[in-house]
Amino acid sequence: MKRKDFLFLSGIGAGAMVLPDFSAFATPIDPLQALDKIDVKIKKELADIALNAARAKGATYTDVRIGRYLNQFVSTRDKRVQGVANTESFGVGIRVIANGCWGFAATNNVTKESIAKTAQEAVAVAKANAKIQGEAVQLAPQKGFGEVAWQTPIEINAFEVPIKEKVDLLLNVNDIAMQNGASFVNAALFAVNEQKYFASTDGSYIDQDIHRIYPSFGVTVIDRASGKFKTQASLSSPMGMGYEYMNARPEDKVSGVVTRYKGRYDILEDIKNATRVAKEKITAKTVEPGKYDLVLDPSHLWLTIHESVGHPTELDRVLGYEANYAGTSFLTLDKWQSKNFKFGSDHVNIIADKTQKGSLGAVGYDDEGVKCGKWNLIKDGVLVNYQTIRDQAHIIGLKESQGCCYAQSWNDVQFQRMPNVSLESGKAKLSVDDMIKNVEKGIYIIGDGSYSIDQQRYNFQFGGQLYYEIKNGQIVGMLNDVAYQSNTQEFWNSCSAVCDESDYRLGGSFNDGKGQPGQSSAVSHGSSTARFNGVNVINTARKI
Amino acid sequence: MAILSKEEAQAILKKVMSYSKADACEVSLNGSDGGNIRYARNAVSTAGQISVMSLSVNSTFGKKTGSASINEFDDASLKKVVSRAEELAQLAPENPEYMPLLGPQTFQESATYNANTAAMTPDTRAEMVGKSLGVAKAANLDAAGFLENSTRFNSVMNSKGLFAYNKSTNVSFSVTIRNKEGTGSGYVEQDFNDLNKMDVLALSKIAAGKATGSAGAKAIEPGKYTVILEPLAASDILSNMFRGFDARSADEGRSFMSKKGGGTRLGEQLFSENVNIYSDPMNPELPSATWNGDGQSLKRTQWVEKGVVKNLSYSRFWAAKKGVEPLSGGRSMVIEGGTQSLQDLIKSTEKGILVTRFWYIRSVDPQTLLLTGLTRDGTFYIENGEIKFPIKNFRFNESPIIMLNNVEALGKPVRTGSGMIPPMKIKDFTFSSLSDAI
Repeated sequence: MKRKDFLFLSGIGAGAMVLPDFSAFATPIDPLQALDKIDVKIKKELADIALNAARAKGATYTDVRIGRYLNQFVSTRDKRVQGVANTESFGVGIRVIANGCWGFAATNNVTKESIAKTAQEAVAVAKANAKIQGEAVQLAPQKGFGEVAWQTPIEINAFEVPIKEKVDLLLNVNDIAMQNGASFVNAALFAVNEQKYFASTDGSYIDQDIHRIYPSFGVTVIDRASGKFKTQASLSSPMGMGYEYMNARPEDKVSGVVTRYKGRYDILEDIKNATRVAKEKITAKTVEPGKYDLVLDPSHLWLTIHESVGHPTELDRVLGYEANYAGTSFLTLDKWQSKNFKFGSDHVNIIADKTQKGSLGAVGYDDEGVKCGKWNLIKDGVLVNYQTIRDQAHIIGLKESQGCCYAQSWNDVQFQRMPNVSLESGKAKLSVDDMIKNVEKGIYIIGDGSYSIDQQRYNFQFGGQLYYEIKNGQIVGMLNDVAYQSNTQEFWNSCSAVCDESDYRLGGSFNDGKGQPGQSSAVSHGSSTARFNGVNVINTARKI
Repeated sequence: MAILSKEEAQAILKKVMSYSKADACEVSLNGSDGGNIRYARNAVSTAGQISVMSLSVNSTFGKKTGSASINEFDDASLKKVVSRAEELAQLAPENPEYMPLLGPQTFQESATYNANTAAMTPDTRAEMVGKSLGVAKAANLDAAGFLENSTRFNSVMNSKGLFAYNKSTNVSFSVTIRNKEGTGSGYVEQDFNDLNKMDVLALSKIAAGKATGSAGAKAIEPGKYTVILEPLAASDILSNMFRGFDARSADEGRSFMSKKGGGTRLGEQLFSENVNIYSDPMNPELPSATWNGDGQSLKRTQWVEKGVVKNLSYSRFWAAKKGVEPLSGGRSMVIEGGTQSLQDLIKSTEKGILVTRFWYIRSVDPQTLLLTGLTRDGTFYIENGEIKFPIKNFRFNESPIIMLNNVEALGKPVRTGSGMIPPMKIKDFTFSSLSDAI
């Protein structure tokens, strides 16, 4: 049976039925239970059992992750609450090296006996695979940090906000949409809390408390006479924040053709705007295909950065570890070694950062005990680095890992995942209005839409939420049926300007998929509005 | 321990049910046991073994439902999970779409379990992966693959006397084999309930053949071409469409199944006359469970007959609202075909393109179901009934609705992706740009 069938069969509750991308074994709990914490002393004691049991069976390295993963998901449709789900997934994952090969085993039976047995199973898996293994695993050295802790700097724990407050807010969102002429509306709020304890034979015992939040909605307007329907998605972003994200201040609002948000979000304002623009889409004119200068808002550009810069600079993809699923990368080692591979124009400076406040990828330490940092991937348009983890760092001559290891849960094995990858703002003062003034024939795109890119990250096609035609420096009206197609290197070399840091905003993916079995991770991408010259735009209208 | 027999599962569920004080109670008990090996660069990269079991309770007072779950099975824990679900139900908002529970149902015995697959060990997996690695190493190629097996049980009981149980096994295998220069790539994927049907050696040889055969691809102009889609490619592009056979979104006016001016396209000729689609949980090649999440029986359903839409799925709520019988969405989709092999379809083609698979398919416009994506791991030019040379990958922008109006021939269906899918010969398929990806 396919995994999705299992999810379907097991999801008898309304809540479970609508849970997207949560672990199949996350279990519903009482909301108040989410506020309990497990004593760090107990976690250390359990971790030591795993480390000792694996060592006794011949493991040369062991790490153990005791994880409690809490999710809260409130979803509504029109006037109705579709589901309120509080889930908890608690268990232990043990990873070992034995006979030079990795082995992993996990259990949700968190007892001393079960943990010892699971550690032994992990060693047995490693030893079985060592028989068909080639080269032994080379692990970059990592010093132990002793007993340390890190937590997301939040102001309001979303799990402490009563469910009723969230339900009322979302029903209010839907009500505003319906009153303003929407045909249908869905609004939802996710909150995630990862309580992760990591211990390894290097001597680290790391306790982390990580929070993420994601409010979103989708509004649909139907024109029965023409049979057309149009949708608009929220311009919110998932964030590594607490519930304070829901309380926007005046300084968080970016005015323009439609209000966008930085730092904090106003869902009640955004739904009103979204309903208005969805109605405008019904009668907007269809795009004339051809070359346009694109002005891309951060609410759109984050996804293009994610797909065309974030993924191809993952070292495991470059090396072929993802060849059977996500694919490899056009950014091969020879291009990096040449030190002059022109990935983009001089305006293109791309930073990898696992420490950025408010971002989805911010943690103190990664899931193999490496302290997190910040580094350049693209400098003045040239490819200068990758993203890597302990067992691959030596391949690019690094003495230590860059701290990009992550597992979505205790029952998944950790592997290389993308840090926050962001475009640096332009150094010279430049506002969005000033950027648009200089565009003769262009399209201003806001919000993320359809996205597709090949397995080596050359050819991509992106849509958006809102398209505005620019003629001779002026926005002249809304367009429909827009998608742009380009080649990654050509596209980033066509980048002719990036607005200054006053326009810098974060977008992000709450559920980025990778690996086999598939795992989800959350990652942010920041930028200011940027301009790309002469990009190929196609018309996506069809008749069936 | 994670895999309980029907009797063991029923005994736990009965005990839980005896603790319920709610107006209605529904309990599910599910478990799985399995393992996997992932390999790349001709060596194992990760491997694991995971075993889990959990119990969920849905308690309802009036139209207010609460859920709770647990993974401990002593009496005190079972009592606790029931009372927690009942407390949450009292706090929950009313669900205006709540449907009363179904009473006892009879279900056909499914054919989803196989003892050979259930008996797989880390050593069985290592041996199978060893064979696949052998193929790549012998030909001086690089293999990256994934082998996974699982045994699962699912059971549900409700306070109106419904009980359902299913046990299933699955083994799935996929491998990408590339040449050392990175100029050629081949891929296969397959899953079965029965381990004995899985031939990793033969499958790996197909991928290796494509890796070698696709090297040195030439660029040809994008445009409209006759394509031969291998079953995997056809499955990739059609799986989105199957999800659209839903009455509610069609009635609401937000689906490709919606009719201009209101209503649905049920009964309309939406596809070519040679298109017939049904689902059948008892299909011996692609068995599935015979019941769904809310305890409805799954039966053979004709979705498309001679190109005409014959059925849309109705949830119990939407069926009641529309005054029709509920109908579950299809699993184990079968697109009927003929007797021709992939080779026969190639032979009958004057000029065309053979597609091994598609990749990164995303919806561009839900109104027309326009999709975009790319070819991957073996795309070839066909002339005068023969494969002439490998070609560079293309991006397509195409709607499966348009595609199924341009069907020239369908071959013999095989188990692939989400169904039994034939190789297909389609005219006027739209490729919109070239990709350098290999």
